[in-house]
Amino acid sequence: MSIAHVIFGRLSLQSLPFWAAVQHPTIENIINGTIATGAASVVVIGAGATAALITYLGKWRWLWTEWLTSVDHKRIGIMYIVIAFVMLARALIEAVLMRTQQAFGLGGGFLSPEHFGELFSTHGTIMIFFMAMPFLIGLINFVMPMQIGTRDVSFPVMNSVSLGLTMAGAMLVMISLVIGKFSTGGWSGYPPYTEIAFSPGVGPDYWIWAVSLSGIGTMLTGINFAVTIYKRRAPGMTLMRMPLFTWTALCTAILMIFAMPPLTVATALLALDRYLGFHFFTNMAGGNMMNYANLFWLFGHPEVYILILPAFGVYSEVIPTFSGKAIYGYVSLVLATMSIALLSFGVWLHHFFTMGQSAGVNATFGIATMMIGIPTGVKIYDWMLTMFRGRIRFTVPMVYSLGFMMLFVIGGLSGIILANPSIDYQVHNTLFLVAHFHNVLIPGLLFGMLAGYHFWFPKAFGFRLNERWGMASALCWIVGFMFAFFPLYALGLMGFPRRTVAFYNPVYQPYMAIAEFGALIILMALACLAIQLVASILQREQNRVPAGDPWNASALEWSVAAPAPEYNFAVLPEVTARHAFMVAKENGTAYGSPERFTDIEMPRNSPLGIVLCATGSFVAFGLVWHIWWMVALAMLATVAAVIWHGSVRDYERIIPAETVRRDYIRWLQLLSETEPVSRDGEVAHDNAGLADVHETMEAAE
Amino acid sequence: MSGNTLPNPGFRLRASYHHVNREDEVNFGFWVFLMSDAIIFGLLFATYATMVRATAAGPGPKQLFDINSVAIETAALLLSSFGYGMASLALKYELGYRKVIAWLILTLLLGLVFLGFEVHDFLTMFAHGGSPGGSGFTSAFFGLVPLHGLHVATGCIWMVVLIVQMLRYGIDADVRLGVQRLALFWHFLDIVWIAIFSIVYLGGLA
Repeated sequence: MSIAHVIFGRLSLQSLPFWAAVQHPTIENIINGTIATGAASVVVIGAGATAALITYLGKWRWLWTEWLTSVDHKRIGIMYIVIAFVMLARALIEAVLMRTQQAFGLGGGFLSPEHFGELFSTHGTIMIFFMAMPFLIGLINFVMPMQIGTRDVSFPVMNSVSLGLTMAGAMLVMISLVIGKFSTGGWSGYPPYTEIAFSPGVGPDYWIWAVSLSGIGTMLTGINFAVTIYKRRAPGMTLMRMPLFTWTALCTAILMIFAMPPLTVATALLALDRYLGFHFFTNMAGGNMMNYANLFWLFGHPEVYILILPAFGVYSEVIPTFSGKAIYGYVSLVLATMSIALLSFGVWLHHFFTMGQSAGVNATFGIATMMIGIPTGVKIYDWMLTMFRGRIRFTVPMVYSLGFMMLFVIGGLSGIILANPSIDYQVHNTLFLVAHFHNVLIPGLLFGMLAGYHFWFPKAFGFRLNERWGMASALCWIVGFMFAFFPLYALGLMGFPRRTVAFYNPVYQPYMAIAEFGALIILMALACLAIQLVASILQREQNRVPAGDPWNASALEWSVAAPAPEYNFAVLPEVTARHAFMVAKENGTAYGSPERFTDIEMPRNSPLGIVLCATGSFVAFGLVWHIWWMVALAMLATVAAVIWHGSVRDYERIIPAETVRRDYIRWLQLLSETEPVSRDGEVAHDNAGLADVHETMEAAE
Repeated sequence: MSGNTLPNPGFRLRASYHHVNREDEVNFGFWVFLMSDAIIFGLLFATYATMVRATAAGPGPKQLFDINSVAIETAALLLSSFGYGMASLALKYELGYRKVIAWLILTLLLGLVFLGFEVHDFLTMFAHGGSPGGSGFTSAFFGLVPLHGLHVATGCIWMVVLIVQMLRYGIDADVRLGVQRLALFWHFLDIVWIAIFSIVYLGGLA
């Protein structure tokens, strides 16, 4: 073994994306090399430009003390959502690239099969693990503690560690764009294809460690959320008084606790196969890949509900708020959420109906799958009945919610079709399946997350987002989605297999062209989101809502200033009813003046999260490239950091009662000077975040 | 009821009603973590059960397992848990950190005995052609049993860290929480080991 190999492991010049094109300049190599190099340059230049900008503004210290080492649940939530948006941009561009390839795919197209394989693998991996998960975890982190009336999550430092591990996984996927190649084994990484015999390169290793890092982070997050909800609710906040978003957060947290371990086991055993020559999933020596299929989908199916439940929670907040009514059927929504969480563990086998079980087993899982349609249907009816005779305002979150209700029902119905094993045999592994799960994940999950982003943005930053660009983006998402994915149903029924780079039958061509058109509209939706953010920041002074309740909403997070103070509540609220804040507004007890303020203990900043982010990245990078000294050092550093953290004693600081009182009185003063705004005027500039109390009455009915 | 003033039965030290009790919260969180960890072990047991016959014409349980050595490991681990139980009682009845440390050191030594015999077992298996890369069966064995060993090793490191903390800080709230959580962890590993003994060793030899 040479010294270079000891130092650099498998790293060499060939790991660079343009090297193949330089060595063997065929047309295919040049096209694919150029695209890959372009993407890599975006990562390198983007990271460099960000670093340069921070240096130019002299903000490194601010970044370190206010954000990276912060254990404030609101800031951690915001950082999660930043990761989600960055990764969304990348994976969406990849999606458009794939659609473009297939639009020109008659007879070959321009991408090599390997490049296409990398694209669908990173697209799926990113969208699930580094877009959807960070987005929903970020929203829950930001909102849930305020909804239950507490000042932070149960384990603030662990929260920051979870973020650090997710960040490390996301960085690893980004690094794979610059150095080496990602897996071509899809987001589910099925062996034996991903075994060393068929994929000897670094790709599956990148996938394994990126997913493992984020999986461990998510498991810790689940523990954190569940314990917070069980132990930290404000006095009087009984379970059946919790806002529905918190209910979905609880169910998602429970799913995370039980469903992330199977993923960890699946990826760890695959790693043992690849690194140490084990035979868990190989074709020989007694290996059995069906074990992988079972382990992965034992995670994978509950994961689907980890993704969708928080989105359902967002709709359950948005729809009543913008209908001016209390939610219809609160109890049935709670029961439906719990039922979905429970049923989600009994359906994993429908991901591989075609892989050799008996008809009886398939039928059982098919029926269980169809049963999930029942509680989901209950929810749809509850939301519709919430809107019935309400005073509906077509704000951006509401438009997303309406798009969701129309489109998600279609996606759900195609799921019921797929739940029938005999039909599944026909369309398994075709674009019909791709159309189905995009149809539930985009209108279901993504619309929900974007609705939540628009809904709670004023609470996070103190000003509302630009309504016009937001509306443009929402409509582009809805229309673009329909153009991009409805043709895929037809293509799937016509037998077009998923993950196929090219085709030779011209009958597919027109559908591919329509899907490409839709993809471009979705790209415009992303552009509108970006423009909206810039425009909103520029117009922030006109759209400030310091009073904190711009939408006349009902849960406790709206009862404090916007942006919320770091301790959330000057005095912890006493809850007497469901829709606590709405009832308080109605009774005139909102914005009260407490007699006594007490000192507030808040957790100090901790560097543990960001340190483990760094060491986790180095461990993973070393493992991918077989740089063993790096793995060993980074592991040691990880253990040392954890032990050091355990010996820290001075981890709380006191915010004096006087400071709390002063800030609170100042806010009350501001409230008294604020003009209340009626619901119809909520998107105008004069909405300063104080709702007209006369309008609350009907809402609390 | 005077429930608000009486200490809880069992190991928890203070009652917690109507307010957030840090001790309660942290221990509950650790219970939840153990549930999650139990899922990992459960899945590895299931994997083992499906692969125990997949020996690929290589050596199987009968050729590789030395039940006497496993019996010694079992005794060491269960005795170590007794030692930990005594440490917990010393903490609960406030007998001073020296007593707690003494019992922890006994526990630690028994834990190390366990690990020593386990490593010896593995080396013997290697010598008899039972390396992890041999077959589905050896893979499943080495995916599960060493993971338990790794947990025990982690517990040992944690114990050393707690002893050092006790020497430095005495028994403060954080040390107390640490000892309580490590107790849960250590007894959890006992339960996992009993399952390993029954399913992996006895089940494999049956």
